Amino acid sequence: MGAAKIQVIDGRALPLRGDDMDTDRIMPARFLKSITFEGLEQHVFEDDRLAASRSGQVHPFDDPRFQGASILLANRNFGAGSSREHAPQGLHRWGIRAVVAESFAEIFFGNSLMMGLACVTASAKDVEALMSLVDRNPAAALSVDLKAGTCQAPGMTVAISIPDHVRDTLMTGGWDTTGLLIDNYEQVERTAAKLPYLAGF
Amino acid sequence: MGRTLLQKVWDLHKVRTLPTGQTQLFIGLHLIHEVTTPQAFDALRQRGWTVARPDRTFATVDHIVPTRQRQRPFIDVMAEDMIASLERNTRDFGVPLYDIGDERQGIVHVIGPELGLTQPGMTIACGDSHTSTHGAFGAVAFGIGTSQVRDVLASQCMAIEPLKARRIRVTGRLPRGVYAKDVILTIIQRLGISGGNGYAYEYAGDTIEQMSMDERMTICNMSIEGGARVGYVNPDETTFAYMEGRPFAPQGEAFERAKTWWRSIASDRDAVYDDDVEIRAAELTPVVTWGVNPGQSIGVTGSVPGAGGADAQVADALAYMGLSAGQPIEGMKIDVAFIGSCTNGRLSDLREAARIVRGHHVAKGVKALVVPGSVSVQRAAEREGLDATFREAGFDWRDAGCSMCLGMNPDKLEGNQVCAASSNRNFKGRQGSPTGRTLLMSPAMVAAAAITGVVTDVRELVDDVPAGVR
Repeated sequence: MGAAKIQVIDGRALPLRGDDMDTDRIMPARFLKSITFEGLEQHVFEDDRLAASRSGQVHPFDDPRFQGASILLANRNFGAGSSREHAPQGLHRWGIRAVVAESFAEIFFGNSLMMGLACVTASAKDVEALMSLVDRNPAAALSVDLKAGTCQAPGMTVAISIPDHVRDTLMTGGWDTTGLLIDNYEQVERTAAKLPYLAGF
Repeated sequence: MGRTLLQKVWDLHKVRTLPTGQTQLFIGLHLIHEVTTPQAFDALRQRGWTVARPDRTFATVDHIVPTRQRQRPFIDVMAEDMIASLERNTRDFGVPLYDIGDERQGIVHVIGPELGLTQPGMTIACGDSHTSTHGAFGAVAFGIGTSQVRDVLASQCMAIEPLKARRIRVTGRLPRGVYAKDVILTIIQRLGISGGNGYAYEYAGDTIEQMSMDERMTICNMSIEGGARVGYVNPDETTFAYMEGRPFAPQGEAFERAKTWWRSIASDRDAVYDDDVEIRAAELTPVVTWGVNPGQSIGVTGSVPGAGGADAQVADALAYMGLSAGQPIEGMKIDVAFIGSCTNGRLSDLREAARIVRGHHVAKGVKALVVPGSVSVQRAAEREGLDATFREAGFDWRDAGCSMCLGMNPDKLEGNQVCAASSNRNFKGRQGSPTGRTLLMSPAMVAAAAITGVVTDVRELVDDVPAGVR
């Protein structure tokens, strides 16, 4: 089954500062108790947002200036911890279509790809430059161009990195993998037939 | 040139290189649970797919199950709905389920090994990041998300990029009162919580070789807390002795043939690694986390960082934990003590904790609970009288599940309670209260904190803490 081809992600951005944002923070476990992913967008960073409002601050996800953003700017090791797909699902349903970060945790990165959420990396300096720009000008239009390997913003273009296979997968719409894995099932059976533990040793 | 276990298992299970450049990898064992599968089964139904290998798929319930008052329907309507969904899905698709009331129920990473489902040389997947636990047997085991659960259900395969191999050699004798948990917390602290990104961790060296399977599982379990999706130990006689006679393990002559094959998939002596690290066991001490990720830890006699420095991340963690920069961690007051989880909810963990609490009582004002990792662990502990030891000391003795590791069932922290926990994550809000605070440590250290009411060096509490659990 083919999925949408994703080549360029345009939109406003939301800067979220801090390293090691774990998936328990992105989506607290109590919101994993539903048998669907529906409504998860309401609970993205819920506890952090609550903590911010209690201390008289505004969390970026509550900041009116960043509502409707489609590009999330983040720092190091974004999405650490639990394999819960509810975390990228929540971000995606909130409207995020690309995350530009210094680095990602591996399972989060893979989960995001499975729903066509583009995770790309940029240098710490460039991420900070983008965040500062968006702080000053929340209405700035950014453009993440997977083919060109750039993130463009008014007055600046920074280089982004994305593994070749991830870029190709997104750009060709091949990120919906199940069909790909099923369509050669005879080959799967041949591989399984070689495994001693499936043949009673 | 020799190959690592990772390479051998990978090559054996590789179906093909996908057009995307990823590997299509056959999964020998798929373990599933109630929380990360409902949407995957929905996708199968929508597309008219079946479960490719129901004979290689096994289900249990662990994340949201109550640890007392387990009569159905559960009081929590959402939990009931979730369990009912797994019951329906496993029935419709012909997958065995070890449900509430089954003697084989328990945390998925505890029952896989117990039942002999987990075996050396397998590829294993489960919709839970602590699937790395099964690597203790020399399996290559991946934590996956729900879309990948869908893929594995439908095709018994996953699409994945090759991993690099880092060997972590732990050498020498563990000092008194230092456990497998302290070893892995030290590894995570030294290499960083994202240090393992893109790597499989191979745990080697004589310290690891001398460890029991329970201890090896504790180590492999927390690989993901160091950023490594996969962690493993080469199979050896300790592994085979554990396997023998388990319900799904090969029996008789097949077991002998299996051992020959299992030996053959261990890393070759001349295997080449992408990185090599050595940890000296003699330098290790009991470890406690002070912050909001598993890499933020110190020796129990140490002081929390931040004195004189203005690292924003450290300052944020200290503020959340209610700690002052430079403060000693020993003596920090706790409200709750939790012994359990896929990291440290096995029989040897409970035995060691029981040894510490025997003859003592839980400190006033501390709520303490023991949650066995499986019904099987629970029954074995009860046969030894460990339940009585814990109850007499003032602990709650509960039924098996994930419980307060992640607070998806009624076992949650309240407000900003501080919990000494034998589990694996101290993230903000992890234990079910948005402001709850977690101190990760070994089960023996949790037991010590429970009876004193404060973070305590277990080595001072009892004289006979052994040099490692053997």
